[in-house]
Amino acid sequence: MSELLLPPEHRYAKIIKERLNEDGSELSILNLGPTHPATHGIFQNILLMDGERILDAEPTIGYIHRAFEKIAENRPFYQITPLTDRMNYCSSPINNMAWWMTLEKLLDIEVPKRAQYLRVIVMELARITDHIICNSILGVDTGAYTGFLYVFQFREKIYEIYEEICGARLTTNMGRLGGFERDWSPKAFELLNTFLEEFPACWKEFENLFERNRIFIDRTVNVGAISAESAMSYGFTGPNLRAAGVDYDVRVAEPYSSYEDFEFIVPVGKSGDTYDRFCVRNAEVWESLSIIRQALAKMPEGNEYHANVPDYYLPPKEDVYNNMEALIYHFKIVMGEVPVPVAEIYHAVEGGNGELGFYLITDGSRTPYRLHFRRPCFIYYQAYPEMIKGALLSDAIVILSSLNVIAGELDA
Amino acid sequence: MALENTQIQDKVTETFGESVMHFRQEKDIFTFEVSADKITSVILFLKNEETLNFHFLTDVCGIHYPDSNVNEQFAVVYHLHNWIENKRIRIKSFINGETPEIKTISNIFLSANWMERETYDFYGINFIGHPQLKRILNMDEMISFPMRKEFPLEDSGRTDKDDRFFGRTPSNC
Amino acid sequence: MSNSNINIVEAPEGVSGEGFFATKLNDVVGLARANSMWPLPFATSCCGIEFMATMASHYDLARFGSERVSFSPRQADMLMVMGTISKKMAPILRQVYEQMAEPRWVIAVGACASSGGIFDTYSVLQGIDKVIPVDVYVPGCPPRPEQIVDGVMRLQELVKSESVRRRSSPEYQELLASYNIK
Repeated sequence: MSELLLPPEHRYAKIIKERLNEDGSELSILNLGPTHPATHGIFQNILLMDGERILDAEPTIGYIHRAFEKIAENRPFYQITPLTDRMNYCSSPINNMAWWMTLEKLLDIEVPKRAQYLRVIVMELARITDHIICNSILGVDTGAYTGFLYVFQFREKIYEIYEEICGARLTTNMGRLGGFERDWSPKAFELLNTFLEEFPACWKEFENLFERNRIFIDRTVNVGAISAESAMSYGFTGPNLRAAGVDYDVRVAEPYSSYEDFEFIVPVGKSGDTYDRFCVRNAEVWESLSIIRQALAKMPEGNEYHANVPDYYLPPKEDVYNNMEALIYHFKIVMGEVPVPVAEIYHAVEGGNGELGFYLITDGSRTPYRLHFRRPCFIYYQAYPEMIKGALLSDAIVILSSLNVIAGELDA
Repeated sequence: MALENTQIQDKVTETFGESVMHFRQEKDIFTFEVSADKITSVILFLKNEETLNFHFLTDVCGIHYPDSNVNEQFAVVYHLHNWIENKRIRIKSFINGETPEIKTISNIFLSANWMERETYDFYGINFIGHPQLKRILNMDEMISFPMRKEFPLEDSGRTDKDDRFFGRTPSNC
Repeated sequence: MSNSNINIVEAPEGVSGEGFFATKLNDVVGLARANSMWPLPFATSCCGIEFMATMASHYDLARFGSERVSFSPRQADMLMVMGTISKKMAPILRQVYEQMAEPRWVIAVGACASSGGIFDTYSVLQGIDKVIPVDVYVPGCPPRPEQIVDGVMRLQELVKSESVRRRSSPEYQELLASYNIK
């Protein structure tokens, strides 16, 4: 093996030298990653193997460390959204909205109900895309490519809705302080309604393909199980924690953006294994769909899409060119001349993978003094070596994809 | 009955006296400071005391205050959460700028392990008793601690961007 | 099932007669290479997700002869670097490139791979062309799947017109030497 990836004086080398199995076979080292095709992202794990069985694992991360927190200290507040996009790029609107809500908490801005509902819709769409990716890739890893090809068509449909709302597909940079940059077009609602009509049939089929599938059950039940206690100690949140049977959901515990107006259940699993994680995500997709329907039904009349806060809300470009007041506000916001209170804020939302928190410290200047991201992936990925101990190599891959570790969020 | 701030304050001051201070409500989170040598016992107390029951460690991170006096140049911030009462608290601990060190809490919460490694990686804060305190995100060969305020954001060795063409001087970027 | 709308690539220029067709070896080899590019996806971050969309049913990169995604560098023709390459990752990227057999091509997909993108920081490599030679750059953060497909098509154009002797030419050796690749 290359010395680049595994230094010769590794502790596993010593274990191998000392231990010999009864039948005379030796232990071996396997280097999984950082660019292994089966790991969907760049994680390196050095595995100590006894045949097919994993005895110990040593993870190395940081292969796409991009210094988000350092960049954030050098950027004005409204330029930090593009960073949050690139953190969990499977569900970027949640990250965007979470950042705006953090700032609104800092500045005590009340967002109109309609904008809050629009936010709920887009956040739930993002949760659906996140779970589509995770579950369909789990299918690919257990040998079912069909499911992936099938449900990805619907992910494209969600992207079309995003495009209609903000113009971008993946890294959306959506919204403004206090709401959205523009009202949603009728086309966006039309696409959304078509999606709501067509997607349930597809997702039902996807579920049928897997949930009672013998091969899938054999590959996932009791694989990578984690108990509720140890999941909590490892800082699990989100679907992975709920699969272990703990019904903690930030949307319920600390409702933001009017989540208290909607009725939904928090699906929980029992054993915390890969199958439960899969089922919890499936069930969450149904709940998300129901939340979107409720939000559409309860949507207040009118076309309010942002709060009336000219000090912070970037005015529309046409006003900037035609209207002096708008130009002044635009200038003041862009040049960072708007005073920001000195405060410490922690705001958490339920991201695709768990509690996504922003810890923001301001000192009154145009950039944050310190911005720390509580990234769920980073915190729960440290349980991975513990979870794959004693498992087979092929199980390790399945466990990793069921945890839905997003490299961008992991390494920040 | 919901868990009140005063209740937490009373309990903690009763047990730790002078070592806990500056109780305050910061926006929606109750915050207080702990002297660095008592951090493990305070967190253990908050976790195990039955009425408090802060059983979930949400976050650990560091902050650099280069302009403060030398004993308060770094802070380590802990966010704890009691899911049953749905109460969050924030604990801050200021430490010395020249030899930043604090005891680890990775034996209390397993999740603290990587969060402390990340804090070490960014700020060079030494967590005493940590099982494997080494860099996590950056390369092992790196010598600087990049999140300290004195280190620049951009790579100093880059050759592709000439500051003169961007109107930048050391003072304005 | 009808196969009537399958396009067949046009034959290169040449002389044809009864039962024979004569053309340049260059053109034939270029044609064959260009239409069976096996990609090695080196996906690290956001652009990798768009690559997944490119490979999936909606955009279907297989239409351009890239049906088989080769995860072994030994059997791949085109290295598609998608996403941010940090300084920690750079030696690994380089090793993957060195493991590829000639002829090999590289596409830098997305702003990060091309230039570091918005991440002008201490930990990010400012463009993969600092460590390996690049043939096609695809802009965008992330590029749309159409753009990735366009990048592949541009590369196909390059491949078609490449001389079979290029890889042993002194210029090419010089290029590799400038990257310190043997």
